[in-house]
Order: sequence, then C-alpha cells, then structure tokens
Amino acid sequence: MTPPLLEVNDLRTYFATEEGVVRAVENVSFTMERGERRGVVGESGSGKSVTAMSVMRLIEPPAGEIVTGEILFNGVNLLAMSEDQMQEVRGGQIAMIFQDPMTALNPVYTIGDQLVETILLHQPVRRREAREIATQALVDVQIPSATQRLDDYPHQFSGGMRQRVMIAMGLSCNPELLIADEPTTALDVTTQAQILDLMLKLAEERGTAVMLITHDLGVVAGFCDTVQVMYAGTIVERGSANEIYYDPQHPYTWGLLSSMTRLDQAQRQRLHSVKGAPPSLINLPRGCRFRPRCDFAIDICGKALPALRQSGGALQESACHRAAELDLASLDAAKLAEERVR
Amino acid sequence: MTDTMHEGGASTQAIAEDVLLEVRNLVKEFPISRGIFFKRKVGAVHAVSGVSFKVRRGETLGLVGESGCGKSTTARCVIRLLEPTSGELLYRAVAEGAVGGSEMIDIATADKDTLNRLRRDIQIVFQDPYASLNPRMTVASIIAEPLVVHGVGTAQDRLDRVKELLRVVGLSPEHTNRYPHEFSGGQRQRIGVARALALNPSFMVLDEPVSALDVSIQAQVLNLLDDLQEEFGLTYLFIAHDLSVVRHISDRVAVMYLGRIAEMADRDALYDRPMHPYTHALLSAVPIPDPRLELGRERIILEGDIPSPANPPPGCRFNTRCPKAQDGVCDVEVPELRELEQNHWVACHFPEVLKVV
Repeated sequence: MTPPLLEVNDLRTYFATEEGVVRAVENVSFTMERGERRGVVGESGSGKSVTAMSVMRLIEPPAGEIVTGEILFNGVNLLAMSEDQMQEVRGGQIAMIFQDPMTALNPVYTIGDQLVETILLHQPVRRREAREIATQALVDVQIPSATQRLDDYPHQFSGGMRQRVMIAMGLSCNPELLIADEPTTALDVTTQAQILDLMLKLAEERGTAVMLITHDLGVVAGFCDTVQVMYAGTIVERGSANEIYYDPQHPYTWGLLSSMTRLDQAQRQRLHSVKGAPPSLINLPRGCRFRPRCDFAIDICGKALPALRQSGGALQESACHRAAELDLASLDAAKLAEERVR
Repeated sequence: MTDTMHEGGASTQAIAEDVLLEVRNLVKEFPISRGIFFKRKVGAVHAVSGVSFKVRRGETLGLVGESGCGKSTTARCVIRLLEPTSGELLYRAVAEGAVGGSEMIDIATADKDTLNRLRRDIQIVFQDPYASLNPRMTVASIIAEPLVVHGVGTAQDRLDRVKELLRVVGLSPEHTNRYPHEFSGGQRQRIGVARALALNPSFMVLDEPVSALDVSIQAQVLNLLDDLQEEFGLTYLFIAHDLSVVRHISDRVAVMYLGRIAEMADRDALYDRPMHPYTHALLSAVPIPDPRLELGRERIILEGDIPSPANPPPGCRFNTRCPKAQDGVCDVEVPELRELEQNHWVACHFPEVLKVV
C-alpha cells in the first residue's frame, strides 16, 4: 500500500521565550492524500502556521524547536533528513506561499531572476531553458505580457500580481504539495476571488495537493474538500467540509461558524460570540483548552484533555468530551446570544 | 421617505430635519510634488472625487470599498483630520446655549473654536487597536484624555466616568491602572470605544473597527456597537471592506470605487438587488461559509487591477474593468449618481438588477 502523501505524527513544536515555553503546536497528528485540498482553520495563535512551518522545517533553533514527532512525506521522515536533502524537498516536492508577497519576494532581484533561481535549484536544466519555464509559469498564472514582466522588480507589481508571481514560483517545479499560508488575507476581496480561482484551476489541472491555512471559513468553504480546525495548538475537529460546516461536533467550531457575519444573512440579529479570548500558550488551562470559553463545559472538561474521536459523520473526529451528547447543529445561535444578554 | 433633492447636486436647500450629516461633493486631492528645493506640483492623487451622501440621525451608514477607494479619506475629512480640497460637510449641531435648537455647521469651513465644540459631538474609532492607544498611558488616562482636553469635571469626576465607561464597554472597572499591552486585541478595541464615548458624542465614525480582530472577537465588538447605538441613540458612519460585516451592522450602504460612490441603497436593497456592475462583482467575490452554496455560486471575476488614483480613467472610473462597458459612452461620460428606485442610487450608464448573493 502506498503511504499517504503527508503523515504528521504527534508533532510538538515549542518556542522558548523569556516568559516561558510557548507550546505552539502540541500532539498534532494528521494525514493528507494526493490531490487533497485541506483547509487548516483557526484564529491567531492556534498553531496553524507553525504546523506548516514545521512541515517545511522552517523552525530555527534556538528560537523554536520541533520537540517530538514524525513528518512523513511519501513515507520518508523529513525530520530525519539532512539540511541538503531538505533543500531538495523545499520548493521541489513541497512548495509554500506566504501571506505577504512583498516580504516573500526579494526586492533587489527581478522576478525572472528569482523564478530562474528556483528552477535551476530543482531541475536539471540550463539557464536558458529555465527562463523559458519561468515565462510559461507566468503565463500559467495569467500575468499579461509575461516575457517582458520577467525583467520587472517586485515593486512594479500590484499585490494581486505579486501573489500570482508567488504561485508561479511555488508551482514552477510541479510540487506534490502546496502549502498556502493565508495567501489572500492581504488582498482585496475581488483580487482574492481572482487568486483563489487561479489556485483552484492550477491545483486541479496538476493534481497538486493544497494545504490552505486561513482564518476565513468562507474561503475554505469554496476551496477545500476537508477541514481541520485548530485551537490553542491542537486539532479540535476535522472532517469533510460538509461535515464540519453542517454538523459541527466541537463547540469551538460551532462557535466560530455561528459568530460569523454572513453575506446572505438578511435580518439584523444579535451575533453569537465566543466569550473571552484564547488562552496564553505558556499558561494553558487544565483539561480541555477551550473549557474557559466553552458554553457547554462540565466537570470532566477541567480534568482531562479530550482526544480526537469519531463523532458525527464518517470522516469526522472531534476532541470534545461531550461531542456524542451535544447536538450543536440544531441549536439556535442567535437565540442563545439573546438569552445570554438577559 | 423620498428624496426629491439630487444627492449629487450642490444644492443650498435646507437639509431635512432628521439628517445629522450631509456630505456634498466632497473632493480630496493629495498633491504629488517633485524637486527638493523648489517643490512643484506635478500631479495629484484623486482620493475622493465628488462624494455626496447623507447620514440620518440614529442610523448606521456603511461605507464599503476596496483599498484605495477613498473610504477612509472620506471619514477623515468628515472629522477634519484631513482638510478637504472642496465640498461641504454640513453637520447638525446642538445650538450653543439654546435648549433643543439646532444649527447647521459646515465642518469643512468651521473655525478652530467651532471645530473644538464639534469634536465633542463627533468621535472616531480606528482600525488598529495596537497603534491607536498610547502604550505609555494607563487605561484611565487614555479614556479620560478627551475629558481633560475639553475640561470636563474634576479629577474625581473623570475617574468615576472612566469606571462607568469601562463597565459600559464590558471591561472591569478595576482595570483603570493597567497599560494597553496587558489587554487582548478585542479588549483594546473596547478601550478605544470607551474613549470615543467619553464625551457623550452623538455621531461616531468607525474606521474598520473590527478588521484587525479574530472572528470570535469580532462578534463581541459588533454586538457591543449594536448595544451602544441602542442605549445612547448613536449615529454611525461605519467604514469597512468586509461586506458581510457591513450587511450585519448597517441600515444603508454606500459602495465606493476609486474615489466615487458607485451605488448607495438601503441595506437589503443593495444586497438583494444590486444594480452597479462593480457591486455585482464585489458581492459575488465575498465567500460565504457554506460549502454547498459556494459550489453553486457564480463568481464575477474582474480583469486586472484597480487603476491608480493618481491617474484615474476618464468617464466612469470602473470602465477599464467593467464587463458591461461600452466604448464611446463609459470611457467618455461620467455617470451621475441617480435615484433609480426609491432610496436606491446608482452611478452607471447601464444599470441592471442582478441577484448575486
């Protein structure tokens, strides 16, 4: 049996700070299949970006450290690789695009130079061929007059165009996995639509698996097949997109979904909100990390950290002690919000 | 209520009793200059080019658009943080001395004393709760600052008021001696709101007040703003780029594109029956957290990027990206903002209702 494309086992990534150890990612395990589009959803500090950085081995000691865990890519443990071998993987088999295309591109080199550099690093081609591949990559991401634009510098591109360049660079070596960390967060909504449309088309054509990291549940709904929801460094729920959106099993997922303002929601009603704020990753609460903010917490929640268990749909797992007994999908969030006021 | 007066026209007609603010033909240009010793003006960034709208007492007007559309510049002109290049900003202020009477003041030309008086009545909350609070001041001194500036009460009165305000915005009154860094983003934004409320304003400009906050915190702050409006009868000008948030909080919505208003209507009319091609594209681009719905949605993907406001296209400013643009019309003639349905204003040569949400 072929191993899954990506398998992460029991990943822990910690950061040492003056105030103490920040447990940014704790006990995170998941797998991704070839061609899958996975949404990794969570708020700031939930560990979604650190998970991705860990997969790319971009966590630099002494600041941060992957304390334990295994990251198997096509069955090979990335954590056991030498830095040279890892260089081959980065940009070759796994590519990453970041939120801010301006800081990810080097301002003193032309777009062409940067694309060619990536291609030369990973493909056995000459400079001239690399330039042709680079031109084609820009054409693929629909940048007009690609040949001329190759000699332009990053500042000569708009935000949306720069993100296209990043995608071109990421896909230029035909990676099997593309990690996109908030790729459209810095962009306007019409530009976001352009970029998502493009990413979806290219990923489908090439069968590239995409890990889309975002805080925007709307973006995930239109892009991903599967979703994992992260909270305070752990995965609290995962499943197919339909399972997560229509039948959330974890109170945090439910809280997020019901606190969102929706474009198609006509009446002005009180929003449900998740009370309080996320915990400090240095001083985590005992038991379930969501307990202090949870509307449904009981005794057990303060004692034991719940593990992910099947609940709801066939692919769905939730890390909640009460997942089986709560029927979150049938709750009226607006009514609860009103009641909370009284 | 029917508006017989043209919102785009510079009429001197008295404004309706329930209108708190009327913006007429607001223009703001930032000069582009060259040279080191002899600066000469070589051009201008046309940030706002003739914007007119009304804000009625007690309502929330949402002003939406993408970066560079001029929505924040408009907001800053309204409170004279920026000097408008031209245009009128008529504000209905409570007359000095008189009981219950009101007078119209043009904010754009008001002198310093008048402005000072107006600024008690008009307050602003900024987007970034990290940059808008002085990190070296305690919460008490931040919230009390407007009171000090306007010479309200004794030190004890002010402290009492601060504690009351903290309670109003959902923070603990014991927090007065803490510093901003001890609070989370959502709590900081509450502090910003408390400061804005200190002088009992009637009009608040909210410039992207929830954009920097996480979803679960956004909902808390939106609920707070709703509650405050109800409790104190506040009028809001709500600036945002997030159309879902704007739909939630606004009574009426104005969509801006490159310095002009493209469409303005009552909330549900704008979302259910948008008529301007830009509004169509904008609404169709907003993702909805509902996978099945998303699967069936048609996106209108716009070509290219927003043009530079230093060199806006002639005619309709949207013509370079508009799927309906016609040569000889849209690139020549500026479309006026016309009232096509009751309270539904559209600036387009070829308006058409299209359901996109």
